[in-house]
Amino acid sequence: MYKYDSYDQEMVDTRVAEFRDQTRRRIEGHLTEDQFKPLRLMNGLYLQLHAYMLRVAIPYGTLNSAQMRVLGDIADKYDRGYGHFTTRQNIQYNWIKLDEAPDILADLTTVEMHAIQTSGNCIRNISSDQYAGAAADELVDPRPYAELLRQWSSFHPEFVTLPRKFKIAVIASDTDRAAMRLHDIGIQIVKNAAGELGARFYAGGGMGRTPMIAPMIRDFVPLDQLITYSEACLRVYNRYGRRDNKYKARIKILVHELGRDEYVRQVEEEFAHLLTQGIEPPIAELERIVPYFADPAYDRSAPDSVDRSDPDFALWLDRNCHAHKQPGYSIVTISLKPVGGIPGDASADQIRLMADLGRDYSFDELRVTHAQNIVLPHVRKADLYALWQKLEAAGLGTANLDQIGDIIACPGLDYCSLANARSIPLAQKISERFAAPEKQAAIGELKLKISGCINACGHHHAGHIGILGVDKKGVENYQLSLGGSEGADTSLGKITGPGFDEDGIVDAVEAATEVYLANKQGGERFLDTYRRIGMEPFKDAIYAKEPVNG
Amino acid sequence: MKILTGNDLKSGAVVWWDGNGWSLHVEDAVDAGDQADAILATESAARRVNAAYAIDATREDGTVRPAHIKDRIRALGPTVRMDLTLKPADPEAGSWVI
Repeated sequence: MYKYDSYDQEMVDTRVAEFRDQTRRRIEGHLTEDQFKPLRLMNGLYLQLHAYMLRVAIPYGTLNSAQMRVLGDIADKYDRGYGHFTTRQNIQYNWIKLDEAPDILADLTTVEMHAIQTSGNCIRNISSDQYAGAAADELVDPRPYAELLRQWSSFHPEFVTLPRKFKIAVIASDTDRAAMRLHDIGIQIVKNAAGELGARFYAGGGMGRTPMIAPMIRDFVPLDQLITYSEACLRVYNRYGRRDNKYKARIKILVHELGRDEYVRQVEEEFAHLLTQGIEPPIAELERIVPYFADPAYDRSAPDSVDRSDPDFALWLDRNCHAHKQPGYSIVTISLKPVGGIPGDASADQIRLMADLGRDYSFDELRVTHAQNIVLPHVRKADLYALWQKLEAAGLGTANLDQIGDIIACPGLDYCSLANARSIPLAQKISERFAAPEKQAAIGELKLKISGCINACGHHHAGHIGILGVDKKGVENYQLSLGGSEGADTSLGKITGPGFDEDGIVDAVEAATEVYLANKQGGERFLDTYRRIGMEPFKDAIYAKEPVNG
Repeated sequence: MKILTGNDLKSGAVVWWDGNGWSLHVEDAVDAGDQADAILATESAARRVNAAYAIDATREDGTVRPAHIKDRIRALGPTVRMDLTLKPADPEAGSWVI
């Protein structure tokens, strides 16, 4: 894992002192809310429905056990005993007091963490593959490149007041586990014909009210030009992105309106200019970063077999463990989606337990996934049963990864001041409806995602089944969409038709799964069957089964 | 009736104008009537409450019920964590919101 140098530490320490002073002046009445709001947002502090909310950055979703433990302690010390892991691989606390926010930031700096650039019109936390450095199918570990981009984008003076927020994802596998093409910039580390590593760039993706899949804008950028090309992409956006209308200010609108080819032409022109300016950090900096992400000291003689005699364990093993590049090891996903639970929420005790398990079973490393789960990336197969028993005892042993119970849901109207409808109660009802493991197993992979408003924090556009909450004359109403995907086969879901009330949408989801089960061929997933047979059979069943009230 | 609400500056807690100051409890809210804008201007200048605004509400049997679901959720707390609401012991609290 990356370690702060003295510059990194000084930057975050200085920022805490600065924010402490700003907070004092706000509380003493020397600053108005209009003056203070942009300052607190730069430090991840929002005002939500019930209280202040603090969003803490977890760069590319990677953290060590000491950091995870502090996140648990903050939940106890400053919040109401829990935290919420987000679709940006971050954590949010929902019940923060303004005068305690600087103390929380100070606690975070003790473990090399912060909340800088988790809000505002700047380059946000760089996201990545949660299996980075462990996956059997990756080309290289993408995190050194994500870290280089993090350093470049942190406090970048030219990009702190962009037209809108800007999200970058970096992967190094053909299996996209980071929704890369639904980011403002998506980067895939690839090899060219000469066997050299480089970066393939995509630009102009995103969800929100105008979902777009990012087109590829350059097949190969040499790694010693990674930052220069990124800067060119941002410069063109910063220069021409629309500042007159916040709903049209994201780069996806610029790329769409200019057209991909014209955007590329302008980026190439800027890139050629920047190459003459010598802005690329020396390759020695990348070489300094890479060793921080070196493989842990694997036990090369670790046994590769697992005793599957406990059927409940075998179920979890098949569902939540993923192939590791090192024989004898496995990647473990801890589901934060118990039946009837709140997706992404974990108690302080659970967070601390996961910290301990990361220390004891995974070389001190954990990951947060954009699907709101936690990963232990390097677990000896011989330790899996003992680990599972500890997870089970803490309510963390749910075996439902990528199944219908593994729902992404934004905080929705229960917490969020932007939301139009609640998301969490729907997730709870759906997970209860499909609670039986055999029912979930029969359905297989089905990614269901719920957003409480058009901002799409719950990624509903990318759900095999997506649900969007809307406000219909003061009453919650839910639109259903089918056919979205965030993987290598990225696609956007299509709305089935009129919306439903809270109970009706759960029935509609069940009707959709019944259509799938009745029509699936061979090993087809829900998404495959939908793509083969189209929307009509689903619509017929969904609207025949339930009266429409929307 | 028109009632006034906002978030307390220091705690961020949802508060309601009770005629003399700001209360945590929606049932303390009073009808601000045609004084709503004037009170909001005065309170905004005092810088103790953030983003205060006026909403429609009804009063029945002593219970003040905001017209919009968002403000009912603000009044009670998250519907999915009834243990964290201002009335955690009230089994009817959830249905009151919707």
